[in-house]
Amino acid sequence: MLDIIDLTKKYKNITAVNGVNFTIYDGEVFGLLGPNGAGKTTTVRMISTITPKTAGDIVINGESINRNLTVLKIKIGVVPQHNNLEKEMTAWENLEVHGILYRMPKVKRRQKIEEMLEFTELTERKDHLVNTFSGGMKRKLMIARALLHEPEILLLDEPTVGLDAGARRKIWDLMKQLKSGGLTVLLTTHYIEEAEALCDRVGLINNGKMIRIDTPKNLIEDVGEFTVECFKDGKTTEEFFDTREEAIDYAADLEGIVQIRPANLEDVFLKMTNRRVES
Amino acid sequence: MIGLYGLLWQEFVVFKRKFFTVTIGALISPILYLIAFGWGLGNSLEIDGMSYMAFIIPGIIAMNTMMVSFNSTANSINISRLYYKTFEEYMVSPINMTVYTLGKIIAGALYGAYSAALIIIVVSLFTSDLVLTPYFIMIAVLNCFVFSAAGFFVGLMINSHSDMAKFSSFVITPMSFLCGTFFPIAKMPELLRGFIYLLPLTHTNLALRSAGETAVQMMLHAGVLLAYFIVLFVLEARVCKNVE
Repeated sequence: MLDIIDLTKKYKNITAVNGVNFTIYDGEVFGLLGPNGAGKTTTVRMISTITPKTAGDIVINGESINRNLTVLKIKIGVVPQHNNLEKEMTAWENLEVHGILYRMPKVKRRQKIEEMLEFTELTERKDHLVNTFSGGMKRKLMIARALLHEPEILLLDEPTVGLDAGARRKIWDLMKQLKSGGLTVLLTTHYIEEAEALCDRVGLINNGKMIRIDTPKNLIEDVGEFTVECFKDGKTTEEFFDTREEAIDYAADLEGIVQIRPANLEDVFLKMTNRRVES
Repeated sequence: MIGLYGLLWQEFVVFKRKFFTVTIGALISPILYLIAFGWGLGNSLEIDGMSYMAFIIPGIIAMNTMMVSFNSTANSINISRLYYKTFEEYMVSPINMTVYTLGKIIAGALYGAYSAALIIIVVSLFTSDLVLTPYFIMIAVLNCFVFSAAGFFVGLMINSHSDMAKFSSFVITPMSFLCGTFFPIAKMPELLRGFIYLLPLTHTNLALRSAGETAVQMMLHAGVLLAYFIVLFVLEARVCKNVE
């Protein structure tokens, strides 16, 4: 279990993360959803100890974590937003170094490397230099590396950002397999579809503050299950309704380009903050 | 210590992959200095009763080990922090940051030692002016460690690659010309000489030549280099625990 307690990060006059609280239970996929600059990455970087926190606590199974508690760090696997693979090394060599750093015995390390390469469909490219890989392959290799030492908690920071639709779909398939395997995951994203498809619960974050935490279904139901979107005079407005009939009645009187569609997390975020996630 | 092994194994893999560029890169500038200042300009010169070639070879080894060790570590740390982000992989891994600091310093020092070995081989093919002693090897290795540690500190603290180049221009390059590499520091103005005597490369140059020096003086040079290394290492290990 991962407890985030009053987590805060300040940079001179800017508060990037402002007293964020949430708990991730064992086997849960928890999503941090918010627009760029909301504080998602800073939160993950503090949990993974890359960024020192200004205040608050990060507790894994009852123990506070910091950069110098090396034993506790073995419990975490991190997939950062930016590629940080060693480019002058092959996929296999990258995994081998990671396994050594995480103190894995040689036999088990070699066995897990083969297993992870298989899992991420990179076995045939294992002896190729990383700088010859596509963006999607690099991201898959980063996931393989983060899982190699069998962490209890996986931190994924925007795992599909910058990938094309096909590569994104493959990463989602991998993550669904991890989810069915019962791994505890913290995922940050600004893709609505990703949060809805993968997360058991979602925390909506904006301007460094946690606005609301619930399941995607509950969050959407609270707004209304149907959205009427109207584009007129260069501006889009949305209204939310509990039933399709109410939505149709409302739409009948509108002028402009009108669309009725199921509500999604973007609508929830918009209603709560007047700001779009995927802006 | 398994973390240290992992880090050095990674450096070795990269070294093997870049073997030819590293080797050629380490040889070009010392060979040019030897040709220009040794065989060319210094052919008819004598300094302190020795041929200019005998004088300049230890200086070139000192200067080259300084530059290679410094640049290897400084660039590696700076690029891995700011561009490749590979520094973060170590920050999240269970490696102790003091061990990481030590590992990167050792790796940079080994690059410096490798360049020194190459120069010694090349020089030995053409002249017998260079006499290797255990003291000479110890000082050369210490010099590699001092400047690798200096490179680590600079790579850690400077937040842009262009500022790294400026640091080299303002600190490393002047040291290579002023610390007795090409001429004895006795020829410098007295005020400047006092300052130059505080710099580590000066002690490396004096120690590698060891011309007419007492045992105390020889120990002093080693002590100064060791003190520089210890201060830098302790400082870096502390900074590394909290750096972002």
